[in-house]
Amino acid sequence: MRRAGVVALNTFREAVRDRVLYSLVFFALLMMAAAVAVGQVSIGIEQTVIVSLGLSAISVIGVLISVFIGVALVSKEMDKRTLYALLAKPVRRWEFLLGKFGGLVLTLAVNTAAMALGLLLVMLYVKHSLERSDAVVLVAVYFILLKLALIVALALLFSCFTTPLLAILFTVGLYIVGLYVQELRDLPVEVMSPAMAAFTKWLSRLLPNFENFNVMAMAAHGRAVPGALILQNTLYAVVYCTIVLTAAAVVFSRRNLK
Amino acid sequence: MPSSAIEIENLTKEYPFGFLHLKKKTSLEGLNMQVETGEVFGFIGPNGAGKSTTIKLLMRLIFPTAGSARILGKPISDVEMHREIGYLPEQPYFYDHLTAAEMLGYFARFQDLAAADRKDRVQRMLKKVGLDTAHKIQLRKYSKGMLQRVGLAQAILHDPKVVILDEPMSGLDPLGRREVRDIILELKRDGKTVMFSTHILSDAEMLCDRVGVIVGGRLRGVGAPGTLVDMKTQGMEILFELRGASNAPLLSKATRTGACYRLHVAEEELYAAIEQLRGAGARILSVSQVKATLEEFFLNLVGADRAQASAVEVSGK
Repeated sequence: MRRAGVVALNTFREAVRDRVLYSLVFFALLMMAAAVAVGQVSIGIEQTVIVSLGLSAISVIGVLISVFIGVALVSKEMDKRTLYALLAKPVRRWEFLLGKFGGLVLTLAVNTAAMALGLLLVMLYVKHSLERSDAVVLVAVYFILLKLALIVALALLFSCFTTPLLAILFTVGLYIVGLYVQELRDLPVEVMSPAMAAFTKWLSRLLPNFENFNVMAMAAHGRAVPGALILQNTLYAVVYCTIVLTAAAVVFSRRNLK
Repeated sequence: MPSSAIEIENLTKEYPFGFLHLKKKTSLEGLNMQVETGEVFGFIGPNGAGKSTTIKLLMRLIFPTAGSARILGKPISDVEMHREIGYLPEQPYFYDHLTAAEMLGYFARFQDLAAADRKDRVQRMLKKVGLDTAHKIQLRKYSKGMLQRVGLAQAILHDPKVVILDEPMSGLDPLGRREVRDIILELKRDGKTVMFSTHILSDAEMLCDRVGVIVGGRLRGVGAPGTLVDMKTQGMEILFELRGASNAPLLSKATRTGACYRLHVAEEELYAAIEQLRGAGARILSVSQVKATLEEFFLNLVGADRAQASAVEVSGK
């Protein structure tokens, strides 16, 4: 586990030096523009607009980083063969994978935390004060981070057995499908054949449900998120990530490098 | 400690290719070989012969189709065994966002070394490979030769008992090659086992206790460089200088470079040839024995292998 930590810290350092955190500048500019604009066009719905815009930006920036850097975590190391010297050290392949995952999640956590802080500052600027109910924004950001961890795990899994381009397509495809899992669950199974009904049910259970993590509407209106949902989403992300990373480790431990 | 540092038994690697991966290309065929403890072993062969495949199999970067290998008595699947092994990949490339010192520090962390020891070793290694003045530069700005040096440093940083180097001289200038040769000899003096692959046969002849010649995925010979080739004198070479014209018959057999000539004669014809050349006004510069070299042995094997491959292709088998 200590070796995975060493890999994670190097991955974090690489992301920082490759200027991944420059996305914060984009976010800051967006938020400043929003703060100015919202004061002029929105009357009484400043919080709703700012929170919706802020959380959306945090989510989109995070998803882009998770998909593109998540896929590159392993494929870049294999392509550039930086992995060769590392795997000749006393490091297990699963420790390497776990480290890469941990490093990017750490990067995303720092990035997301900084953006969340920026959002709170803009809210303070627009509303002139922060209330206890505004803490729901932090819960929404936490859920976004859970979602991003899940995307990184999926990107890592796909990059272990296919090309970077296909891995990006699979990850993005699964993310989009995962946003509509609830619709799949709500399909009227009674009008389907038993086989189709069973298939739909299992598919909706198997696919990652990204919509679970979306509490943007609650946050925008300052409504509290139930503690049970926080626990459920945390457990869901941990279990799903564990399963996906285990699958990635199994695939990667058998893979012949170039 | 086992007498053989590296034991390879029937190691075979096949790569599937084609649609549905139904065809197979054999990259390494039933390799049996031992590298003895404390020796410098050279693994020589042309491109695509199976040298890097063997080394990657030993490092578990790829997995064998059949066979097994042990290093220091332990199966290669044992990850902890890597504490005792140093490895330099072919054409190494490292994290280019790191400086050389950071990269070595990073790799040292996997070897359970104390922080002070890590720092000390990193400094010593950078000095050893001649990078102590460039240690603060990110690796993305390094030349190929500098990357090779930093690769060598990471391979020997943790004082391993067995050092495996894949083409360590590749990309180095003459000075760099000499420095690598010195490091290999120093490792040997320290009792380390060194196995390296190379195309540069003079380096293998100069450094190795034994060499293994691999061609077409098959091991063609293992032994001391002197025992692999026929060391009997194959003739004599006379180097002489001749200014002005001459009708000496031997001149037509000599190779001319400026005013200097190089002439190969049989051993028993040496004195007669010298007499004839002196009679023609030549100044004898040197006389030396001609022996078969490892290079000739190697080229003969490669030539025979290609001839066989062409014959199979022509016959359609």
